[in-house]
Amino acid sequence: MQQTPMAERTALAIRDLAVQFESEQGVVRALDGVSFDLHAGRTLGIVGESGCGKSVTARSILRIVDRPGRITGGHMLLDPGTPQEVDLAALDPESKRMREVRGGRIGLIFQEPMTALSVHYTVGNQIIEAVRQHSDVSKEEARNRAIELLREVGIPRPETRISAYPFELSGGLRQRVGIAMALAGDPEIVIADEPTTALDVTTQAQILALLRRLQAEKNIALMLITHDMGVIAEMADEVAVMYLGRVVEFAPVQQVFAAPRHPYTRALLRAVPSILATPRQRLSTIGGAVPHPGSRPTGCAYHPRCSERIGAICMEQRPRPVPSGEAGASCFKDEAREQAA
Amino acid sequence: MNLLEVEDLKKHYPIRAGLLRREVGRVRAVDGVSFHIAKGETLALVGESGCGKTTVSRCILRALPVTSGAIRFATGDGEAAVDLATLPKRQIRPLRRHMQMIFQDPYASLNPRMMVGDIIAEPLKVNGVPAAERRDRVLELLELVQMPPGARTRFPHAFSGGQRQRVGIARALALNPKLVVADEPVSALDVSVQAQIINLLLDLQDRLGLSMLFVAHDLSVVRHVSDRVAVMYVGRIVEVAPTDALYRAPLHPYTEALLAAVPAPDPTRRSRRRVAQGEVADPANPPPGCAFHPRCPYAVERCRQERPELMPAGNGRAVSCHRAGELELAGVR
Amino acid sequence: MSVSTASDPPASDPRASDPKAAAAEARYAEATQLQLTWWRFRRHKLAVVSLFVIALFYGIAIFADFLAASDPHATDARRSFIPPQGIHLFDENGFNPHVYGLRGVRNPRTFQLSYSPDPARKLPVRLFTRGYTYNLLGLIETDIHLFGIEGGRPGEGIFLLGTDQLGRDLYSRMMVATRVSLSIGLAGVTLSLFLGVLLGGISGLYGGWVDLLIQRLIELLRSVPTIPLWMGLAAALPRTWSVIEVYFAITIIISLIGWTDLARVVRGRFLALREEDFVVAAELSGASQGRIIFRHMLPSFASHVIAATSLALPAMIISETSLSFLGLGLRPPAVSWGILLQDAQNIQVLAGAPWLLSAAVPVTLVILAFNFLGDGLRDAADPYG
Repeated sequence: MQQTPMAERTALAIRDLAVQFESEQGVVRALDGVSFDLHAGRTLGIVGESGCGKSVTARSILRIVDRPGRITGGHMLLDPGTPQEVDLAALDPESKRMREVRGGRIGLIFQEPMTALSVHYTVGNQIIEAVRQHSDVSKEEARNRAIELLREVGIPRPETRISAYPFELSGGLRQRVGIAMALAGDPEIVIADEPTTALDVTTQAQILALLRRLQAEKNIALMLITHDMGVIAEMADEVAVMYLGRVVEFAPVQQVFAAPRHPYTRALLRAVPSILATPRQRLSTIGGAVPHPGSRPTGCAYHPRCSERIGAICMEQRPRPVPSGEAGASCFKDEAREQAA
Repeated sequence: MNLLEVEDLKKHYPIRAGLLRREVGRVRAVDGVSFHIAKGETLALVGESGCGKTTVSRCILRALPVTSGAIRFATGDGEAAVDLATLPKRQIRPLRRHMQMIFQDPYASLNPRMMVGDIIAEPLKVNGVPAAERRDRVLELLELVQMPPGARTRFPHAFSGGQRQRVGIARALALNPKLVVADEPVSALDVSVQAQIINLLLDLQDRLGLSMLFVAHDLSVVRHVSDRVAVMYVGRIVEVAPTDALYRAPLHPYTEALLAAVPAPDPTRRSRRRVAQGEVADPANPPPGCAFHPRCPYAVERCRQERPELMPAGNGRAVSCHRAGELELAGVR
Repeated sequence: MSVSTASDPPASDPRASDPKAAAAEARYAEATQLQLTWWRFRRHKLAVVSLFVIALFYGIAIFADFLAASDPHATDARRSFIPPQGIHLFDENGFNPHVYGLRGVRNPRTFQLSYSPDPARKLPVRLFTRGYTYNLLGLIETDIHLFGIEGGRPGEGIFLLGTDQLGRDLYSRMMVATRVSLSIGLAGVTLSLFLGVLLGGISGLYGGWVDLLIQRLIELLRSVPTIPLWMGLAAALPRTWSVIEVYFAITIIISLIGWTDLARVVRGRFLALREEDFVVAAELSGASQGRIIFRHMLPSFASHVIAATSLALPAMIISETSLSFLGLGLRPPAVSWGILLQDAQNIQVLAGAPWLLSAAVPVTLVILAFNFLGDGLRDAADPYG
């Protein structure tokens, strides 16, 4: 069994996280026992299709899950194994402690930066506000810090751009401001939720390069949520593949691409269009579509679409979850292969 | 024979200001675009947001009025090509059956109040196909896009995004169009579903000999489906080439930058690639000379002053770059 | 390459194993938008209750004369300001609903007549009794009423809500007033709807200077204070007009403002829908302008218009009530809620006969019910809401 490198300090440990949305139509288990670790200076890529729970995971960590949703189980340990260890799942979302964590310990980068920015205030106002929320500095100091942040995220002429309104900026610059906002509280963990999905390809490359540079400079534990296998290959150290609210495979990035262990990962990789394709090259597909999380198939949730089912067990029993911190797949076929080896 | 020939197509939007709404400037969304599509060929129009690719596609379908230029469309029914750009709207209507569109958002493109069967039958009905024939045709089309016949009596809300996109494709094919304009047909779909739709489009190309204008921003998808690629930047085509040639050896620095920016799904190729700096130029206020020069690592003085024209470069290629002959640009292999 | 081998067959439906879920799924899949809207509407309990309340009131409006116990126009000086009477269900012989006869006593100091029940005189209350003659649904001439007393002397009757100064039974008048007030609201809203859809549609479809003109007209109309405008217009109605003429004139006056809201809703929907992909798709398939409007656009916002209409109706009813209350709307002998409330204007009369205010109850009920219904409909109308 391959161990992921554990040299770096574990910043956040998620254990068996479960989130439910209750409505008149019934209970939707958006997350159903999710575990993974975030390490300082490393990037965990979380990949999956719509409805797999990747965004709910991010929102749960920050305790900003929308109303009918609530955390029904599991732990989210900040600074695990240290005297300062705190379980975010047990905190009151409105508490002072949680507000300090939000932005101060964990920063969030949105897919569409306009959701994080107000149209009524200048970029500078908003970053200064964020800086002052998490550190006790004067207005002047906060302003200098804001200009420095804008420079750090590669915004040209930050002294003048600080008084721009968000709508005056292009999509790429807005996302840079979004990143500056996320970094304003000097967090050691940053969650980026599809940070480049709304951007053009050349801008995406710039933003990814920026995230890499900032991570290296600040030793940030980065959790990168995306549906794009290319972005994962480009950015991640470890990868968690999610399907219908569960992590179905966890492994170092090379291993995921070279020797994926879960049939879903394999199918997903084969289904990705390639820039190296030959003309008119067909893709191998996964039959059907992702089911609604409210009607989760029995047994292994992937079994109705799986081309590598090994028998009735896949339909009847739930495969064991991926052990946290270890590479592995939540799959009966993989278990069988492991036992044979 | 060319099905479609677009020549010097322009679409400008006036910028008006003041009480009298005087024109103070123009957004040159499309500024002199020329290309052709041969029968049975798929041409991809690629570029980043604001490059004008969607505007071109809407102009060709005359969903938008054209500022100037010619759009010559040969229906091939032994009639001479007509210029869609100058034809009055009333005379466009009978031609619509020959050119259809596949939309990006499968949730917005189907009328939520009509059953799938009626949605597919609508173009047939509008064009006077009798009811009995319509029914058979709808079943045939559903089979073509691999949907069960029972889908006919259901409403769009019962289907997933991928299934809805199949319905949208069936509707576009209902009248056996000569040309299909597909505007980002897979970009709103999940990876696994996207692959299904790409395969479906490839099959339909083979089976029906479709001619297609494929508008997309995803260069990987484009490589799978298109025969030739036209790269647009700020309202103009900067390079046209057969797909493979373009990807292997681009001739325009912008094409090179685009290709380099695509993250390959392979961590061992994690590059120290050069990322194009700067932002896409504003079509309301494009830079003088070559619009790409502020971002181009190869720009020389001439690029800042003189606008390059799209010139043939052999082997069915054309490029709009002053230094096209001298640069050795990197493609992907 | 053939199509069938090109991609994997769609995998089995994961839900197929559960027959109940599958049935629900199929029901949902085959539901029309109308059904979906109804299912969503049903979730609004208050709106459903309101729907029943409104149905009840329109039932009253239709069968007003049948429900009335005595002629709402018949005056009788001997029975003015009779307080509400209670029905006694039992007497010494068991179940025998009856009201007491009334004994008028003149107050020796004020010389005012006041009534007190006379337990010695029992007037039996019966269903389907004969009374004044009317046309049921405007067709069948009959004199059957839902209830009344049997064998009373002239001037005697059942006065559930008391009588007014002229001795007219308030309950019966309220029944007839319901018909007038609700129908004038409906007529007003129909006219508004016609104007709103027409002008809003033209505005949204054609745009340009037509749109500009209509929008400015709407703004102009909305900037004029409503009550003075109505008062001016109503005051200009010739006194010689018949009840029917006044009725229609008032309808037109109250729709004058009402249509502007609907026109805005319609225009907004047209503008939004024109950009929708499915409308563009219809255009690209070669459909005519008329077909695009009637087949693709109108059904998509019919529900929005219905919701807006149900929110406009209470405003109409209130308008009529206010105008009539001020003496500028309908005029006696017409009976409407506003006219009934007009009687309650005099504070001295009100002190002696507070039951005259009871006409405010149906006004409030109907207005509230329409508002709740409108909210429920609006929420249910959005197919993606």
